[in-house]
Amino acid sequence: MPINPVIKLDEIHKTYHTGEVDVHAVRGVSLAILPGEFVAIMGSSGSGKSTLMNMIGALDRPTGGHYWLDGIDVSTLDRDALADIRNKKIGFVFQGFNLLSRTSALENVEMPMQYNHERIGAHEQLERATHALGLVGLGQRADHHPNQLSGGQQQRVAIARALVNRPSLLLADEPTGNLDSQTSIEIMGVFQKLNEQGITIVMVTHELDVARFTKRMVILRDGKIVTDEAVQNRSVAENELQRLRQEQQAVKLAS
Amino acid sequence: MRIFASLKIAGRALRRNKMRSLLTMLGIIIGVGAVIGSVSLTSGATKQVEDQVSSLGESVITIFSGNFTQGGMRGGWGSAPTLTVEDTKAVAGLNNVLAVSPEVRDREQVLANGLNWNTQVMGESPDYPQIRNWSIASGTMFSDQDVRSLAKSAVIGKTVADQLFPNQNPVGQTVRIRNLPFLIVGVLAPKGFNLFGQDQDDTVVVPYTSHMHRITTRTFVNDILVQAASDKAIDGVQNDITDLLLARHHSKEQDFTVRNQLELMQAVTATSRAMGFLLAGVAAVSLVVGGIGIMNIMLVSVTERTREIGIRMAVGARAADILVQFLIEAVTLSAIGGSIGIIGGMTFSWFIASLQHWPTVTPFGWIAIAFVSSAVIGVISGFYPAWKASKLDPIDALHYE
Repeated sequence: MPINPVIKLDEIHKTYHTGEVDVHAVRGVSLAILPGEFVAIMGSSGSGKSTLMNMIGALDRPTGGHYWLDGIDVSTLDRDALADIRNKKIGFVFQGFNLLSRTSALENVEMPMQYNHERIGAHEQLERATHALGLVGLGQRADHHPNQLSGGQQQRVAIARALVNRPSLLLADEPTGNLDSQTSIEIMGVFQKLNEQGITIVMVTHELDVARFTKRMVILRDGKIVTDEAVQNRSVAENELQRLRQEQQAVKLAS
Repeated sequence: MRIFASLKIAGRALRRNKMRSLLTMLGIIIGVGAVIGSVSLTSGATKQVEDQVSSLGESVITIFSGNFTQGGMRGGWGSAPTLTVEDTKAVAGLNNVLAVSPEVRDREQVLANGLNWNTQVMGESPDYPQIRNWSIASGTMFSDQDVRSLAKSAVIGKTVADQLFPNQNPVGQTVRIRNLPFLIVGVLAPKGFNLFGQDQDDTVVVPYTSHMHRITTRTFVNDILVQAASDKAIDGVQNDITDLLLARHHSKEQDFTVRNQLELMQAVTATSRAMGFLLAGVAAVSLVVGGIGIMNIMLVSVTERTREIGIRMAVGARAADILVQFLIEAVTLSAIGGSIGIIGGMTFSWFIASLQHWPTVTPFGWIAIAFVSSAVIGVISGFYPAWKASKLDPIDALHYE
């Protein structure tokens, strides 16, 4: 029995009509991502990766082609149905964390469940949010507000929020863009651990270092896929962290 | 709709900006407070007027003697003596008439106890206290026998008692009216001032026969007090009296006038009601201004929280969820503001009423109206900002700086 892909893109196009010139941001992308994959979508700015990301995230609809998420043809759905898809099938992690300010980590994580049409009880919400925070190693800081947390911790809260509705897909848009290199590696470690547990992750990045933590690299240029290959010499977060510490030690000793 | 969750979200959002929420509510607080305060004050004042009018007696009809016309000059009511004691007796025989009293009034200098006092001396029947709903504080009312025998008996009001018999019991003592000694048989309970500012306790009441034959020499009475069986019977009795007196006086033109205390009450309360409506109208305008304040702040709040709206949409909030969230925030603001306004308005009116010694009236109907209308104002003023928020594009909202 063949495995059904989580994401299946078939000749996806996106054209923006801005004034007299039509901007053809995505020009015929076809792609299939299977459950358990960890994919990096790469490309320089203007390559169409953000547009593609918005469509994969059901925030936007393609102007041509079809997109099946978990077997559902998302390209034909209306606004409300897209909202439900985002709620149930997709977990978002953003570059700017996008947490609600002056709201505790726990409440931030509970937030997507308030829009879940399965009506999750208050007790189960608390349980699931606590569990999700535990998964990203923040069980002790549930009552902290975002301004009391470091960047890496905020991103962990965002990951917990993305996981809490048990989505089929975790979608990360430059998740390490606002973080220093050590924290970036830690966050990639969180992603690798989640991926090992079977969660499908698609990540948009322009940094090769970050992309090397994934299993598969898709490179876009001018709205088309130019490279789609498995990652060779994959980085493992634990090893990278160890290497970083040794380097720091060496710097200290040298001075 | 997940109303409960939306309520929770709205509550959190409002608590995050306590000062702003309070200032936003201020318009509604003042508006509702002004409505409730003015309405309850005017209804308190109206009630006081009603109490005063009903202190004139219950279901009382007063017949005034008519005006005279001589050489084209017309006098006012009571200028022509037309009513007699016989008229009174005839009126007493009508259906639904409980009690009657012919009334003769005169100002006299009265003496007692080495002191003197100018007061209103009234000639009445023994039914007078019953008609005026006035009790006797000590002693008794003079009797029908006293009326028949032109007895020199008197019942005095509280003010006269205080002036002539300070710290003494006047009952059993004598008071001299036009040098005739009248035996004081009773003292009336204090009744206070009437609608026109007259001290009702400044009076001496004697049998009307004694008044007409001993103090003054009159054949006509000033007016006749009639007590009907009930307020409902008043109109019928009034018509019967008119018919009866027209027949008795053999006159084509009505030489008397019949009034009841309901008409008086309506005339007096109409003024305070008009005042109340005026105040409530001004207050309603400030409610609308309060609503505009809420709309303004909600619009600011939507712009300020564009990113939050984007996040919520990204994690699966539908347009309707966002609409309901902001609508509930607006309604919560105005409903809480309305409640505070109701409490504030009531407190204010209690305070003023206790200063002025007015009776307080809790206008429950108006409280309900004020609460509902402040909630409605919340919906109206919150709808446009909420609709605007719900129409945001999630991608644009997420990248809003």
